[in-house]
Amino acid sequence: MDFENGNVKLTVTGDTLCAYISGEIDHHSAKTIREAIDSALTSYSPDALILDVSEISFMDSSGLGLVLGRYTKASEAGISFSVTGVSERTKRLFDMAGLDRIIDYDNKEKKR
Amino acid sequence: MKKICENAMKAEFPSLSQNEALARALASSFLMQLNPTVSELADIKCAVSEAVTNCTVHAYRDTVGTVIMTMKSYSDRSVRIEIKDRGCGIEDISTAMQPLFTTDRQGERSGLGFTVMESFCDKIRVTSKPKKGTKVTLIKNLSKLYAST
Ligand SMILES: Nc1ncnc2c1ncn2[C@@H]1O[C@H](COP(=O)(O)OP(=O)(O)OP(=O)(O)O)[C@@H](O)[C@H]1O
Ligand SMILES: [Mg+2]
Repeated sequence: MDFENGNVKLTVTGDTLCAYISGEIDHHSAKTIREAIDSALTSYSPDALILDVSEISFMDSSGLGLVLGRYTKASEAGISFSVTGVSERTKRLFDMAGLDRIIDYDNKEKKR
Repeated sequence: MKKICENAMKAEFPSLSQNEALARALASSFLMQLNPTVSELADIKCAVSEAVTNCTVHAYRDTVGTVIMTMKSYSDRSVRIEIKDRGCGIEDISTAMQPLFTTDRQGERSGLGFTVMESFCDKIRVTSKPKKGTKVTLIKNLSKLYAST
């Protein structure tokens, strides 16, 4: 049984900020992830933001809020936004929320 | 054939956000005995997470209160999970359950918690009284087990 908290690793390559999100994304863990991404957006002002969700083990509607919130923030700042590493499970949640109509995401799980 | 309750558990915990993960872990431990599929287990964990998060975020908005979670499994492989709070209650349940409805815009809520619970469970029942609290009942029918050869 895991009690692992959501985590985030950030990398900046050129003008792209990539956030690797891992573990369980719920209301509890979303806060730290959100703060980390938002402060990196402010300090680096990248041209593109990519959320890599290939390593998440759980996500609920709080994760949807996190993704939608970053999408809104990026759009307002003219930053291109995409999500990568969307598993079948995560895709089900994204599709349910209608994210496929507004956000660019691929549903290929990352090859390891 | 009349269905019989085969196992049950009850847990009480404060509405702290770290207990969202605890509630999911409790649900999956209870369910493991029933040999659920990976997807059934994930569905239930997600629905439980939604109901418990709503207690933390909405029911006990600026306070911490008690969340009561009960789980029962039946002979027909149905599972019934109740998540109860004594928080602020819901004024209008059918409006609250509409997709995208939220009373917490600043909190980056998507208003999809009930939608998730509905689509990941076979049945959901919500009863609530303003200032008294809310009870969410989730029912999931697990697929039949096939005897291994
Ligand atoms: N236990 C509860 N006590 C009081 N109000 C609740 C409770 N659960 C839900 N609500 C009300 O119902 C609304 C809808 O809940 P729902 O879970 O669908 O969306 P949300 O919690 O606002 O957003 P999300 O779950 O997507 O983060 C909430 O905004 C809140 O007003
Ligand atoms: Mg909710």
